[in-house]
Amino acid sequence: MIYFNNVSKLYKDSLALDDVSITIAAGEFVSVVGHSGAGKTTLTKMILAEENPSTGTVFFESINVHTLKNSDLTRLRRRIGVVFQDFKLLQNKTAYENIAFAMEAVGKTDEEIASDVPHVLELVDLGSKIFHFPNQMSGGEQQRLAIARAIINQPEIIIADEPTGNLDPINTHEIVQILKKINDLGTTVILTTHNRGVIDSVGKRVITMEKGKIIRDTKHHK
Amino acid sequence: MMTALKRIIKAGFINFRRGGLVSFAAVLVMTITLSVITLIILLNAVLYFSLNSIKEKVDVTIYFTVDASEDRIMLLKSSLQKLPEVAEVSYTSADEALQLFRTRHESDYPTIAALDEIGVNPLGAYLNVKAKEISQYENIANFMKSDNALVLGSSSIIDKVDYNKNKLVINRLNSIILGAHKLSFLITIILIIISVIITFNTIRLTIFISKEEIGVMQLVGASKMHVRGPFMVEGVIYGIIATLITLVLFVPTTAWVGSNMTVFLGLNMYDYYVSNFFQIFAILLLSGIILGVVSSFLAIRRYLNK
Repeated sequence: MIYFNNVSKLYKDSLALDDVSITIAAGEFVSVVGHSGAGKTTLTKMILAEENPSTGTVFFESINVHTLKNSDLTRLRRRIGVVFQDFKLLQNKTAYENIAFAMEAVGKTDEEIASDVPHVLELVDLGSKIFHFPNQMSGGEQQRLAIARAIINQPEIIIADEPTGNLDPINTHEIVQILKKINDLGTTVILTTHNRGVIDSVGKRVITMEKGKIIRDTKHHK
Repeated sequence: MMTALKRIIKAGFINFRRGGLVSFAAVLVMTITLSVITLIILLNAVLYFSLNSIKEKVDVTIYFTVDASEDRIMLLKSSLQKLPEVAEVSYTSADEALQLFRTRHESDYPTIAALDEIGVNPLGAYLNVKAKEISQYENIANFMKSDNALVLGSSSIIDKVDYNKNKLVINRLNSIILGAHKLSFLITIILIIISVIITFNTIRLTIFISKEEIGVMQLVGASKMHVRGPFMVEGVIYGIIATLITLVLFVPTTAWVGSNMTVFLGLNMYDYYVSNFFQIFAILLLSGIILGVVSSFLAIRRYLNK
């Protein structure tokens, strides 16, 4: 599904990715682990075409994501759900509107939005916070809202970049369980983290990165 | 398409309402810009009114000899009226000229007595010529020099033309008027550019605050129009509200200026404002909307990366 072919990324004089080649199959749950600056976030940005590789290619199925026109890139991004460490919610929109915005972006009708948004908010246990703004919610609630937004359009992949980085252990556990459930329903999940505990509780494929290189790629079942 | 448009407009209104102080600041700056434009419109009106009043006072009088026949003078009058430069020609006969002279000097006994002593009318008829533009008096004067109708036998029927006497004053006045026009145009352009830059930067700042959200919108798959649209709608709202505030602010302002400075300005500012209200409204609304939309469009462009 996703193919990195000898991808390197150079920022001025530092190498963020160094000749990375990986394949991620549909339906996999892949944890990318490494210290800060190991290249985990750069890797996810490559899939979203937020960054272009200095050398190498990144394919989503048969599409080279870095050769896409803006309109095609928008369409590709609609097939990917993204969850960030700092949530990246739209601060001037309520929980309902944050999710509705993602649905409007893909052209869903008002009726679909009205029926699906409350449902997905219930799924992440935010049914009572429907008209709350992000700054009126806790970190764990904001991250659950971000996940709800990421899954609302039933994407083929969820990219979760350090989703538990700002959360306490209880919320971390909840988020990992939600991501596992999403994966169980057939969605590919790519999770980056520097938290060994998260990796252990996921217990699936783990890619370890260091200084932009993949130093280990293991299937590891709990 | 209609649904998307409806959503964009709704989002623009919601963002404006929730923008709070940021929206207030943008409207305030836009109001200042539109106030500058209104002020320019009003000052230009005063300038044009004053210059027109000065122009109105300038004319050229052609004095004829006492033996010039009325037919020939009328012939010259009709020739002058055909000139494209001429706005108006008025004829005063020798009798009327005498009557006017007597009225003007009725308290000047020696002059009236001398006139009575002569027994005949020593004054000739005259034509008063007004040109459309001050710069055209020279052309009219040149025409009169070349017109054969002015010749009676071997001599001219014209006694004198006061253009030559006033030529220096008229030319200087013409230069002053041209200079005033150029200067007002230059000041207008400079003030508008400064105001537009300030407004553009304020709107850019409001969008800069949202730059991270713009990136998020794109990451969740929003098209450029879906991201940009609400900001442009906000720009339209800034323009409309600023227009209304400016129009309301200028009612008491012009009323005060009208009642206190009409003599100084030569024009009642309030009357001018009220009688041209819809034109001013249209100019401000159009300026406000264009300024808001274009500023938003340009400001957001740099954040709409791939």
